[in-house]
Amino acid sequence: MSASPATQQFMKGAKDGLPFHLVIWPFAAIFGAIATKAGLNVAEVMGFSLLVIAGSAQLTAVQLLSDNAPTLIVIITSLTVNLRMGMYSAAITPHLGKTPLLTRAFAAYMLYDQPYALSSIKFEKDPDMTLSEKLGYFFGVAIPIAVAWYILTLVGALLADQIPPDLGVDFAVPVTFLAVVSPMLKTLAHIASAFTSVVLVLLLGFMPYGTGLLIAAACALVVGAQVEIWMEKRKAMQ
Amino acid sequence: MTDASTFEIWLIIFAMAAGTFLIRFSFLGMVGDRPLPAWVLRLLRYTPVAVLPAVVAPMLLGVKADADPLRLFCAAVTLVIGIWTKNVLWAILTGLGLFFTLGAFLG
Repeated sequence: MSASPATQQFMKGAKDGLPFHLVIWPFAAIFGAIATKAGLNVAEVMGFSLLVIAGSAQLTAVQLLSDNAPTLIVIITSLTVNLRMGMYSAAITPHLGKTPLLTRAFAAYMLYDQPYALSSIKFEKDPDMTLSEKLGYFFGVAIPIAVAWYILTLVGALLADQIPPDLGVDFAVPVTFLAVVSPMLKTLAHIASAFTSVVLVLLLGFMPYGTGLLIAAACALVVGAQVEIWMEKRKAMQ
Repeated sequence: MTDASTFEIWLIIFAMAAGTFLIRFSFLGMVGDRPLPAWVLRLLRYTPVAVLPAVVAPMLLGVKADADPLRLFCAAVTLVIGIWTKNVLWAILTGLGLFFTLGAFLG
């Protein structure tokens, strides 16, 4: 008896996702601990990880909550961090767009960084995959990592008091962000965008509750796109 | 510790859940196979590099940051390893490994 092609792809996705577990487990536990130390109870911490499943945005929200930012600012800023997922949605649509609405809704719920990244690479490499094989692979990456995310968030929330504050877990937050963003610095446009983002957010540091972040990010988006246009024109003229 | 009430915290959770879902569902749910305007795709391509550095920079370099030389050095190493290897895992392991190892030696 052999497994169906979709099941085989699910297993393949689960296997390809294994290295990410090394990052996700401590990341989830750190989120659980930081959120608990910020004053959230276990239900609230789990609410974040079960309903949102977006590590960076969850950490941003908890960071702003600790700074006692107004509720609306917390929501807008954290959602800004997730805007990149609109790009994931656009990129995955040609592959999964023909599946039933409920399947697409479930895929959207799980469309976080890792399933997007691995699936888009895989679908590009194997264009002959059927729709059900693609779905199998996507969920093979997405479901095990999401389950680990839930469980380790709970572990982090329950063990938060055992983690001494000087352990440096808070340093893991910027390190994780840096590690995610640094491989994306592949063109002059990306570097210019990131540079604009850093300089402006520091210059606008006087602005309250991360509103400087929104302005810095919006300007950085435009700078990235403009430098790309400029590079294309320059290349065309040569 | 946050001063936010239980109501405010759950409001944030549900608003983030709904907003995040709508962002992820946007194209997948409504666009189908139709092509997107090139300028939208162009802007969307820069969201990670535009937003994430603005989140990280104040943590490391902002006025409230705990900016000791060890953290800044390890953050710089993480960035270099990430750019060089294009591997998120290696960047995290190197950055944090260095931080905890050097931290233990330097006390």
